[in-house]
Amino acid sequence: MDHIGVMVNGRRHPLQGVSAHSTALDWLRGIGLTGCKEGCAEGECGACAVLLAMPDDHGGTRWTAVNACLVPVAALDGQEVVTAEGLGSPEAPHPVQARLAEAGGSQCGYCTPGFACSMAGEFYRAGRAAGDAAEPQPADAEDTVDGRADAHHGPNGFDLHALSGNLCRCTGYRPIRDAAYALGEPEAGDPLADRRSRPAPDVVATRLDGPDGRFVRPASLDEALGLMRDEPDAMVVAGTTDWGVDVNLRGRRAPLSIAIERLPELRTLDLGDAGIEIGAALALSEVERRLDGAVPLLAELFPRFASPLIRNRATIGGNLGTASPIGDTAPALLALEARVVLVSAAGEREVDLADYFTGYRETVRRPDELIRAVRIPLPLAGIFAFHKVAKRRFDDISSVAVGLALDLDDGVIAGARIGLGGVAATPIRARATEAVLVGRPWTLETARDAASVLGTEGTPMSDHRASAEYRSLMLGTALLKLHRSTPLTPEGVPA
Amino acid sequence: MSELAARPIDPVVGRPTPHESGALHATGHAVYTDDLAARAGDALTAWPVQSEQAHALVTLDVAPALEVPGVVRVLTAADVPGVNDAGVKHDEPLFPGEAMFHGHALAWVLGETAEAARLGAAAVRVEYETLPSVITVPEAIEAGSFQGIPRTIRRGDPEAALATAPHVFEGVIEIGGQEHFYLETHASLARVDSEGQVFVDCSTQHPSETQEIVAHVLGLPNNRVTVQALRMGGGFGGKEMQPHGFAAIAALGAMLTGRAVRLRLNRTQDLTMTGKRHPFHIVWTAGFDDDGRIVALATTLTSDGGWSLDLSEPVMGRALCHVDNAYWIPHFVAQGRVAKTNKTSQTAFRGFGGPQGMFVIEEVLGHAAPALGIDPASLRERNLYRPGQTTPYGQPVRHAERLRTIWEELRRSSDFDARRARIAAFNHEHDDVKRALAITPVKFGISFTLTAYNQAGALVHVYKDGSVLVNHGGTEMGQGLHTKMLQVAATALGVPLETVRLAPTRTDKVPNTSATAASSGADLNGGAVKHACEQIRDRMAAVAGRMLGVDQRDVRFSGGRVAGLGPVPMGTGGPWFTFAQVADAAYHQRVQLWAAGFYRTEGLHWDTERMQGEPFKYFAYGAAATEVEVDGFTGAHRMLRVDILHDVGDSLSPIIDLGQVEGAFVQGAGWLTLEELRWDTTDGPGRGRLLTQSASTYKLPSFSEMPEEFNVRLLEHAAEDGAVYGSKAVGEPPLMLAFSVREAIREAVGAFGPEGRSVELGSPATGEATFRAILAARRDEDDRTDAASGATTATGATTGAPRPLVPSDS
Repeated sequence: MDHIGVMVNGRRHPLQGVSAHSTALDWLRGIGLTGCKEGCAEGECGACAVLLAMPDDHGGTRWTAVNACLVPVAALDGQEVVTAEGLGSPEAPHPVQARLAEAGGSQCGYCTPGFACSMAGEFYRAGRAAGDAAEPQPADAEDTVDGRADAHHGPNGFDLHALSGNLCRCTGYRPIRDAAYALGEPEAGDPLADRRSRPAPDVVATRLDGPDGRFVRPASLDEALGLMRDEPDAMVVAGTTDWGVDVNLRGRRAPLSIAIERLPELRTLDLGDAGIEIGAALALSEVERRLDGAVPLLAELFPRFASPLIRNRATIGGNLGTASPIGDTAPALLALEARVVLVSAAGEREVDLADYFTGYRETVRRPDELIRAVRIPLPLAGIFAFHKVAKRRFDDISSVAVGLALDLDDGVIAGARIGLGGVAATPIRARATEAVLVGRPWTLETARDAASVLGTEGTPMSDHRASAEYRSLMLGTALLKLHRSTPLTPEGVPA
Repeated sequence: MSELAARPIDPVVGRPTPHESGALHATGHAVYTDDLAARAGDALTAWPVQSEQAHALVTLDVAPALEVPGVVRVLTAADVPGVNDAGVKHDEPLFPGEAMFHGHALAWVLGETAEAARLGAAAVRVEYETLPSVITVPEAIEAGSFQGIPRTIRRGDPEAALATAPHVFEGVIEIGGQEHFYLETHASLARVDSEGQVFVDCSTQHPSETQEIVAHVLGLPNNRVTVQALRMGGGFGGKEMQPHGFAAIAALGAMLTGRAVRLRLNRTQDLTMTGKRHPFHIVWTAGFDDDGRIVALATTLTSDGGWSLDLSEPVMGRALCHVDNAYWIPHFVAQGRVAKTNKTSQTAFRGFGGPQGMFVIEEVLGHAAPALGIDPASLRERNLYRPGQTTPYGQPVRHAERLRTIWEELRRSSDFDARRARIAAFNHEHDDVKRALAITPVKFGISFTLTAYNQAGALVHVYKDGSVLVNHGGTEMGQGLHTKMLQVAATALGVPLETVRLAPTRTDKVPNTSATAASSGADLNGGAVKHACEQIRDRMAAVAGRMLGVDQRDVRFSGGRVAGLGPVPMGTGGPWFTFAQVADAAYHQRVQLWAAGFYRTEGLHWDTERMQGEPFKYFAYGAAATEVEVDGFTGAHRMLRVDILHDVGDSLSPIIDLGQVEGAFVQGAGWLTLEELRWDTTDGPGRGRLLTQSASTYKLPSFSEMPEEFNVRLLEHAAEDGAVYGSKAVGEPPLMLAFSVREAIREAVGAFGPEGRSVELGSPATGEATFRAILAARRDEDDRTDAASGATTATGATTGAPRPLVPSDS
């Protein structure tokens, strides 16, 4: 297996003797790159962040920060990685490292290499200094009632959300923000900046037979589907953000892991007149960037979905495939009346997302089927919102998530679709509430009546995130909050 | 100005200096304990077998583990050559026969790899004989399950004063604990060298105690064990007592196998095995006069100590000493007791009981203000200590005037009154979102209340080339202690910062050290480093005097140059020598160029039995004004703006001190508003299990919780006479500035309801807890609106069952 290897900080390292369940984090530390730190081993803290050379949308390379603890090192076969050590040295630090150190951005220093990598990813984002927002709609806009200045973008275009997947327990973040906002443009001759204009490494088919399982990256969709048909115990992985948690925290060791996130058939994005089709294996941050606000409800969702470090890897297909009742895409996609395209060696079929979930982490997907894409019908509803209640505003798991979409006709609700997460064994549609809404004017009274019904939908539980009572209350207030943010003009159309 | 506090001309202390390891941190080159293990290559990994019951007698069958490929050995009680004990109170068996909490480590498996050790641990068969368990504090109170010695601070006649006070309020509240969540979990790496020395690299705040525990477990004298603390990836008190047992396991494994042994807890192990900030249960009754002056306070604090005593007694002692915070309370009684529960052994955490103690009086004032009809800022201001007053435990409040200076200056700089007016207008216009601006003070006592701990040592070498090496007994956990010590040494020797290097903390360099804790690291070790440097400098001054032809008392050291009195004409010739020249000359004249330094804090006395005396060298002061916005739909809040003015004396290192103030504030805000520890309190099979045992379920503040506008200033001209170079301790006091966040949320919630209504707010004030409070406020608003008479429903006292003034069961 010495033919497989990873380029790290400009040097090729063979992947010898690695297991199919070795994380990039452990492997990097094992080759002496101990700047990569384990803080949580589940993608929450960012102490293990590194940069991957990923394709951008124009044939070049985008330096993409990811959590090394959630990436199987086998998935990096043929790829390029840069760690904090590769950015700079104490004698010749990278600009982000120099700014962090000068500004008092490190105290204990344990999270700092990860911050440096996340910060470098944003430092090298094309269009940053030109003022292009990283996100079409800043998530805080909806929370702001009096147009306060955007607290999350620096004068240099730096989007602080880029750091929201990195936790620091010491500084309180202010000096880290100052360091980020003090960054200039990459200097001429900056090798990582120059690297962006050349293509990202090709995808290579990988076969690794390890002591505790196999890792296979098939060369084609057909090969993937054939493997799935022949080996029903195989675990299909895309962004591996769940894989990492399963491996690190739950000790799960699948006999065969099949990596599908770079298959071209799963990475399409089509904006048609009748609908939008989103490839299941596109990372959420790619979807966000390429949709560029075309689906405003999703634009509200993305910034609230975990953190950029996760969104740079996690996929819509993975989020629907794992079928967690608290996955965030499902409530939004339910409100969008999305359909799931399933493919197997036998062919394709399409399922309404509302019919897709059958039980706790169970779906209609057969073991030999892959989610190829998600289809969103057009036109989109005029009134919409994604509400997520969690302990933290960003980088958190939902207690309750609500996707709302209303079609208004002359101020009267012609159609209503509400998707709920966190209140049942599966994501669900709030059918009873939808029935109350349809045919009535979008008034406070209607919203109140419907909210009282919405508060009874589902069967929420009490757990460490929230009580059942609070979850129910939050369903109702989501509708009231939507009403407040979409007051009707005297002419009966949304303001 | 005392000799300790006086600064020379052009000192290196006081300069804004980034963290000495900043460039190493940012580039990933800073090495932590487990990074050494990753490089060691041949180290075995230790993995715990954890109890799956909260309280049970356990019997282990380790044979199946030995069948697992790669498992080398399983460590059990039978392997201990010395004392099977990991604590200093002799109530923490290293290998227990009785599991005392869910997650308790019962045995440790050594494997060639982490994977082998993990699988080996899973293979160990554990038989449980279930015993009754106590999980919550109310359960412990009900069952009479306490540990340690209860303490009381009393002044005046609080019972009589409360009986006659015009306004009396009372309350009961449970406040949550807090997980340290240092980013680096507990880690040790132990080896036995060729001479039989046990060498343990350990992420510890208290290397000397780690050394002592390792030695007594191994049955060795202390001189056979060396503990080194390179640097910690955060400590916050969580590595004061808790590392010892882990270090002992690694050392035991190394001694038995002859191999290096690494032990690093993963996050879930760290969360389920190590102690946290104590949750507290508080009962209080407070009396006020018609002007809003506090007449009397009676309170009983019950902390959740977990399964062993650990530091619970001194934590409670500090809590009792901080119930008054910054306020004069003429009649006072505070009782404290420690509940014994089947949970992790709660321990030191930044503030060390101070935050829980202060919580009482801030809760009282926040609760009473609306009912008294006095705005909370005025109520707090009215009760601030005045010069000449003493604390309930009998210590004069020196520099009490600083409280008012800070308060008034902060109100001015934060534009407090104008913003309050704008907020009132905003709230009038918005039904679904409310804002509030609250200001709270901090007075925090500095010194270990265990007086013996207030000592420190240092070992300073000057080499012939003029370079300087500093050892001291303090540990670096991110707080910038080493940066400050470099500045102290450079100042005392009059050399440039770059010529001084700091060596890792080791017990074979400076023995018998105190924990780096109680915010005292710079005060104590700074005193010791300065003392060592001054001995060397004085010896060098004698040499230089002869070289310069001046009296040695007229020799000055500054910027790496040694000259006689008068201005040193830099770079223009003139009579001076470099520090290196003098060092070299001193060597040739057989003058000792190294010295041990020692410091003990003067003037402390404390009677633990009576809880009276002067336990603190001085008080650190500060105040914060925080504006929040609360969403009426969810209960979520945002910090819109925070203004802080804090007293660090004359700062040794302004960037470091600013970082401490900001970081402590955000950590305190996390404790009070976000971070929630939840245990399984049901009678099901998971009883006692920590439910929030990972980063995905235990949430600490992220970027999104940072104040949008954050103005922090250090009080100027604030020299403290009793501390090194006029500085003050800074690690803990600013954490308690975060009460301003809680009180702002309380006021914002109040704005959803009728005026004059007290707001009950859970702690932490999570979105859910805040939303409950909003619902209650709105219900009262509806009641008021519905009442035809329009009479207010607010009364002076809270409703509920009458409670005894001072509970008699402690």
